[in-house]
Formats: sequence, C-alpha cells, structure tokens
Amino acid sequence: MYAQMIKTASDGIKSRDEMSDEERTFQDKIDADIKIEPKDWMPEDYRRTLIRQIGQHAHSEVVGQLPEGNWITRAPTLERKAILLAKVQDEAGHGLYLYSAAETLGVSRDELVEMLLSGKMKYSSIFNYPTLNWADIGAVGWLVDGAAIINQVALQRTSYGPYSRAMIRICKEESFHARQGYHAIMAMAFGTPEQKKMAQDAVNRLWFPALMMFGPSDKDSVHSEQSMAWKIKIKTNDELRQQFVDQTVPQILYLGLDLPDPNIQWNEERGHYDFSDPDWSEFFNVIKGNGPCNTDRLAARGKAWDDGQWVRDGLLAHSRKKAAARMAAE
Amino acid sequence: MKNEWPLWEIFIRGQHGMSHRHVGSLHAPDAAMAIKNARDVYTRRNEGVSIWVVEAQHVAASSPSDKGPLYEPSESKVYRHPTFFDIPEEVGAM
Amino acid sequence: MTRDDAFLQFLLRMGDNTLVLGHRVSEWCGHAPVLEEDIALANTALDLIGQTQMWLALAGEVQGDGKSADDLAFLRDAWDFRNALLVEVPNGDFGRTLMRQFLFDSWHKLMLERLKGSSDERVAAIAEKAVKEVTYHVERSRDTVIGLGDGTEESHARMQEALDYLWPYVGELFAGDAVDAEMVAADIAPDPASLRADYDAILAEVMAEATLSIPKSGFAHKGGRDGRMHTEHLGHLLTSMQWLQRAYPGARW
Repeated sequence: MYAQMIKTASDGIKSRDEMSDEERTFQDKIDADIKIEPKDWMPEDYRRTLIRQIGQHAHSEVVGQLPEGNWITRAPTLERKAILLAKVQDEAGHGLYLYSAAETLGVSRDELVEMLLSGKMKYSSIFNYPTLNWADIGAVGWLVDGAAIINQVALQRTSYGPYSRAMIRICKEESFHARQGYHAIMAMAFGTPEQKKMAQDAVNRLWFPALMMFGPSDKDSVHSEQSMAWKIKIKTNDELRQQFVDQTVPQILYLGLDLPDPNIQWNEERGHYDFSDPDWSEFFNVIKGNGPCNTDRLAARGKAWDDGQWVRDGLLAHSRKKAAARMAAE
Repeated sequence: MKNEWPLWEIFIRGQHGMSHRHVGSLHAPDAAMAIKNARDVYTRRNEGVSIWVVEAQHVAASSPSDKGPLYEPSESKVYRHPTFFDIPEEVGAM
Repeated sequence: MTRDDAFLQFLLRMGDNTLVLGHRVSEWCGHAPVLEEDIALANTALDLIGQTQMWLALAGEVQGDGKSADDLAFLRDAWDFRNALLVEVPNGDFGRTLMRQFLFDSWHKLMLERLKGSSDERVAAIAEKAVKEVTYHVERSRDTVIGLGDGTEESHARMQEALDYLWPYVGELFAGDAVDAEMVAADIAPDPASLRADYDAILAEVMAEATLSIPKSGFAHKGGRDGRMHTEHLGHLLTSMQWLQRAYPGARW
C-alpha cells in the first residue's frame, strides 16, 4: 500500500525439503502465528525485504505530510486548521514509529533517509499527486487514509513483531483520519454549489490514484507469494482493492456526488462492485518518477534534510560538550 | 565521528497506576531531550504521566539461544493464540 | 476609550499574537530538521491555535456584534490586527524560528502568570489553561536556543544572527499605552513594562548559557500592538490564511 512494489530478495518459495533447519523452525513459527523478534534468527531475504517494505512505508508517511501540509496555512477555519495540523503531525509520528521498527533490523534512520533522497527507496505513488483544492484534504483523509487503513489493519497481523506493534499503534491513531476527511468533504458536498464542485473534482481526480495504492493487479504482482508465506503481506492487492471499492462506493453515493468511474456497478453474482482498472501505465510512470509531483516532493524532503543538518549537528555537539563536562567534574 | 542522534527506548506510565510500559523509540541528542521528545511524540493523546528513557545500546536483552528453555513450554499451548480457533467468516471481525 | 473598547483591544492583542505565531509555526509541518522536532513544533502550533480560539471567542463576546473567533481571524484586514510585530516576521531558518519562539514564550509565560490573577474570570480561566502549555513551550525553546547557541561554530553563528535580527522586535512587547493603562486600572491585565525586569533576567541567564550576546541597542520597532504599522509580511500571511473565507463568502466549512 504505502509499500506497493516490494521486491522479495529471492525468487520463488522454498519447499520444506529445501529449507535448512533454521529456516524450517522460522517458517514453523510464522505458520503458528508466533511473532519474529529482532534478535531471532531470520533468513537474510526476510530481513532485507522487511527493511524495504517498512522503509517504504515510513517514507510514505513522511512524504505524505507534504500534499496535506500544502493546505495547513489555508485551512478555512481555526478548527479545520487544528484538525489538519494534528493529522499531518500524526503522519510524522507514524513515520517515526516505522523508522524505529526498521531500525531493529540493523539499518539506521539516517541510512534510510539517504536511500529515500538518493532514489534507492521509493514511497507510495499516491503522494506524487497534487492537492489542488480544499476538498482534496477531505478526499485524502477519506480515500487515501481509508485505503491505507484497509491495508494497515491487515498488517497488524504481520509476522515481524516490531512492525506489527507499530501498525497496531498507527491503526489506533488513524481511526480519526478517515472520519475527519469524510466530515470535511460532507460539509462541502452539502454546501454551496462551488463547494460541491470542489468535492466532485477531488473525488474524480483522486479515485484512480487511490485504487493504485494497493499495487498492481495480482496477476502482475510477482513478489506477493513469498511475502504472503512470510506473513509480511496478509491479503493480495486485488482483495484489498475490492474491499476498498465495496466500502467506498456507498459513501460516495451518500454524498450525492457522481461516481468517478462509469463502470462502477453492483455485481449480484460476485457480491461485489465491478469497477474499471486504473491506468497501469500511468502507475508505472509515477513509480518511475514521472508523476506530477515526484520532483517537488523529493526536493522538499531533501531541502528539509540538508537545511536541518546544522541543527542536528549543533544540538548533538552541545550534548557532547555537556556530557564531557559532567565526566570531567566527576 | 558519526553524527546520528542516538536511539532511545521510551517507557511511559499511564494514568491508571500501571507500571511503565515500552511504547517505542526515538532519536535525541541526550537524555533530557529524549524525555522532551517522548512527551511530544508519545503522549499526544494524553497517554502518560511519567516517562523513562533508556539509550537503546544500554538495554540488555535475553539472547535468542535462551529462547528454547525460557519460552518453549508455552509454545505447545497453541490454544492461547486467537488463530487457534476457527471462526466462520460470516461472523465477521473478532 | 471606554473600558470595553480597551478590553477588546487587549483581547485582540493576545489572540492575534497566538493566531499569527501559531500560523507561522505551522508552516514548519513536514519541513523540520528531524521528525522529533517536526512533531514538537506541531504541538506548539496546536496549543497556540487552541489559545487563539479562546481569546478571539472572548473578543467576539466583548465586542457584542455576534462575531465568532473564525470571523475575527479570517475576515479582518491587516490594519485590524493587533499582534506584536515579532510574531509576524517570517520563520527564516530553524534557528530564527526557535529564537523567536523563545523570545515570545518567555514574555508569554510571564504575562499569563499575571493574567491568572485577572479580575475578569474569563481571562483568568484562559490564562490558567494556557500557562501550562506555555510553560512547556518555553522549556523546549530555551533548551534549543542553548543547545544551538553552544553547539557548533555554525549553529552558534546562526543563533547570534537570529538574535540580532529579532532583537529590535522585542521592545514592543513591553511598551504600554492607553489600552494597557485602562487594563491596569480595571485590574484585568498587568502593565507590560512591569514584566521587563523578570524578562531581562531570564534572557541574561539563558543567553549566557547559550554563549550568545544580547545586542546593546535599545531600539524597538513598534506598530503591531496598536495596528498603526505592521510589517509587509503580515499581508502575505493573511492572503494565504484568509483566502478560502474571502473567495467564498458565507460558505460553511
């Protein structure tokens, strides 16, 4: 989701016969739903895949601050401003929890940040789309966080202990995000004609990018199998996407807005809504760096990091001086 | 010299007389700032009344080899795990 | 000037300070030097926005025209704003933002401590709540000013530059006028000048520990508290802040 295209390091899944004793014990634990903890033995591929997945998830939270942060200074009321700021602050917190989880796997936060800035690690494609009107803020909370929550709720059961605990904390805090988004967009859908137009515009623009958040279709998603066996991925991309569509369509209709896709239709036989695939060539383009905001997003994170260097160095230098003075005094 | 702020483990005691509980980690240049950061990061929703911080490198942990004797006796009690119980899907989340 | 006129002006001064500073601090969200600071700054901004809601709601009540805190925040023009100039200057680098925060927080805490004893219960109640938040703000901004002042050569230089830049905006916080005299007479608020000695003592101690020099000049820019002359920066801030309310009058958000 926030981790869309995670390559597992190895190809294919080993059968039990091919596994070493360590690998077999490890897989048995996972099959019995026993969490893997930092000091436990784990296959190198598991560790590397998790670093990529948690790292990408963390980067998504932090880059995800930018499109919503874009509207903090223009929020239309004091209350909306406070809600939005608290929400974007939560994303920073979630990034922090996830970086901490990744750090238990032997990679430092600074290393992860540098991999983001150098383009070696990705973040979710959704944050490369712009927020153009105030209704986008509602739509991001409702659709984007709504999509994220579906994935994150599943990930609370992920096999790696620190990741699972971070997800549990995040899900608890996120519960207000989707609701505040829907609440904001409700005010607009039921407001003046201009406001309703903004709401419709936001839903039209963000619908397909939200669907893309679940990653490519299962038939094109080559790395899922191993991740599912390791329980670092719990449901397939298409299952999650369908769940999202089924839950969201009635919410769009409640707002009295037009559906953003003419092919959305209830399918009695399947018991699900049918819908159009997003434009996957657009998705792969955004992943490659050609989304509307990729360059700006990375530049903003790079600037924050570079401009902050003297601050991080300064505060650390002071702490070291104080510690040295204390030692000398003892 | 490596200039990354050290990692701190954060323990918070909530309002209901429970003991300090590990809530997560964060980075800070020293203990005093770690406590302040913990207040800002981990008590945004009134979660706590008392904060302990320990630099992560000073936490001693049991090693994986202890894990057999320490924990294996409980591994046979699979019924302690919620997934032991097959619940029909129609029942919904539980 | 009637007492209510003066009271309204006083409340706008308190509320506009927190409104404008909260807005400035919120600009950092997503851009701070490290996640922990990003989160801490957002907490400060959230506290200030919350205090704004209380001060401006009371201002609307005293004004008696049925205006809400939002009406006052989003539908007044620059000349109606009564914040001190200090809080409207741009953030600059992180050092300047935190230096401004410390210079403001130190005043803010002294002021709120005194307002807890205000003869107006509503003012006392707001101060009671706000002072708890501000006590933490000043602890944090103080530590950061000391840490960066006494950090590396570069951080020291930047903090000295920040202090030099901001210093001429400090004096306005303590310059009393007829509004303040009226508030003193009504026992609603203290004479700002009476806070100066404590403020100077705090500053001397902190700047010494931060190895920074307080500029000798006693010159002070003025005009924010009485609305006579703001900086050019305020107009840009209001342009962003008020845009939706101005572009779509009467819409409910």
